[in-house]
Amino acid sequence: MNRKVYLTAYNTIVIKEVGRFLRIWVQTIIPPAISMSLYFVIFGNLIGPRIGQMSGFTYVEYIAPGLIMMSIINNSYANVVSSFFGAKFQRHIEEMLVAPIPNFVILGGYITGGIARGVAVGIVVTVVALFFTKLHITHHIIVVSIVIMTSILFSLGGIINGIFAKKFDDISIIPTFILTPLIYLGGVFYSIDLLPEFWQSVSRFNPILYMVNAFRYGLLGVSDINIILAFIIIAVFIVILFCISLYLLDTGKGIKN
Amino acid sequence: MKALEINNLKKTYANGVQALKGIDLEVSEGDFFALLGPNGAGKSTTIGIITSLVKKSGGKVFVYGYDLDTHTVAAKSLIGIVPQEINFSQFESCMEIVVNQGGYYGVTRKLARKRAEKYLRQLGLWEKRNDPSRTLSGGLKRRLMIARALIHEPKLLILDEPTAGVDVELRRSMWQFLKDINRQGTTIVLTTHYLEEAENLCKNIAIIDLGNIIENTSMKYLLSKLNSETFLFDLKVPLEKKPLLPDFNFTVPDTMTIEVEIRRDQNLNELFNAFSKEGIHISSMRNKHNRLEELFIRLLNKNNS
Repeated sequence: MNRKVYLTAYNTIVIKEVGRFLRIWVQTIIPPAISMSLYFVIFGNLIGPRIGQMSGFTYVEYIAPGLIMMSIINNSYANVVSSFFGAKFQRHIEEMLVAPIPNFVILGGYITGGIARGVAVGIVVTVVALFFTKLHITHHIIVVSIVIMTSILFSLGGIINGIFAKKFDDISIIPTFILTPLIYLGGVFYSIDLLPEFWQSVSRFNPILYMVNAFRYGLLGVSDINIILAFIIIAVFIVILFCISLYLLDTGKGIKN
Repeated sequence: MKALEINNLKKTYANGVQALKGIDLEVSEGDFFALLGPNGAGKSTTIGIITSLVKKSGGKVFVYGYDLDTHTVAAKSLIGIVPQEINFSQFESCMEIVVNQGGYYGVTRKLARKRAEKYLRQLGLWEKRNDPSRTLSGGLKRRLMIARALIHEPKLLILDEPTAGVDVELRRSMWQFLKDINRQGTTIVLTTHYLEEAENLCKNIAIIDLGNIIENTSMKYLLSKLNSETFLFDLKVPLEKKPLLPDFNFTVPDTMTIEVEIRRDQNLNELFNAFSKEGIHISSMRNKHNRLEELFIRLLNKNNS
């Protein structure tokens, strides 16, 4: 009985979340396509040929997986943080809080919404990439699983940011000051083998390095890091952030009086 | 069967304000119950705890016998809430808002659409079903919250100031709607600032003040405790001098009005006889205050003193 109620509630949250970002597709789907086109034109076509090959691939081929992953990370995060904070700000989060649905179902619904937008934008950016370079998938399971796991992880990050945010400015602090630097320093545009040993070691503390490289391995078959280690690190982060999110929802932090 | 049972409910906010000091309350199945109190008395805190939006500091809440702490899903399934503040997405249509709320309660989309049509029609919102909610007037937004609260057909409907800011005509049509659903078996708990509303609709009443229940009884019994009522009489001809109305406590606010307090042991016939003797001609009369309002103010004054 409860399982059926939970499933219906989960489906409702997912329909609502997917409907939300599709309704405003000009704000959610199109901008990443435009900005990624610019990256491909500038870094791929203009600067890329001067850089030459990287790990045996043309520069544009090498950066394509990182740019796709960057879009997935940014959009899964942005979807959940804006939607959750919007619901909190307009108080319609209360529609869910008064209903007989446990917090893990609410969390699951928002995460699925984040995955949906991450994947949707990832597909659009991949299509854009195909105008600039050839892409073929080397390890299908790794590509699919790393995309989903990364989306889950950053959706959870979005939830936590949304819970703590008190005003709209607060939802852009983490993307601006933490996410963007970590992404840019996470091996999207270069192999960490190019760095001095000290900075290589520092880079290994950046979790995004593992996501970008695991995805690159799935597409191109090359990576700066151990793929098993990448999956373990992402899984551990997911478990930690899931527990934190659930704890915050259970205690009503930022949403209940 | 008790639709709602509250035992020793306490709430102290983080800033130290003790909003509820251990209240007890019982609402029977099928009742139309008024929870009244001045601003800051603890009404919304009580409703917030019942609907799981506020965390309690102590006590127990049972909904149709289900403990809200241990049988949360069963208890929450039975409650529908119409909050005081507008709390739906301003970007979704009326239909989406109502159908999604059904989904959160486990109502399938097909059934939710069917029910949404029924309630949106009954509440005069059907023509606006596809309009974004932000385009609705204040009164229609309140009606939309009622439709949303009913989508899972709750046995206990809680309305927190449902007619605040709603014009008289719309308010009266909402009263009729609420009377009808109460007649069909839904237990209703209402908080309102319009005491006329409570007097009109409710069978039983509790008055809360400073976090304590200071009165909890039937509306009839409470009104029967009113020892006197104050009436205003409008005159046809202006008074030239202060009239003699022995046995009546009265004042003359202006030459065209007499204000008289009539005790329960007096009657209006005696007063009209006194008016006739004085040659006073009355054109109309009215209560100075609503009866419940009169009692409400007296109870609060007594509690505060």
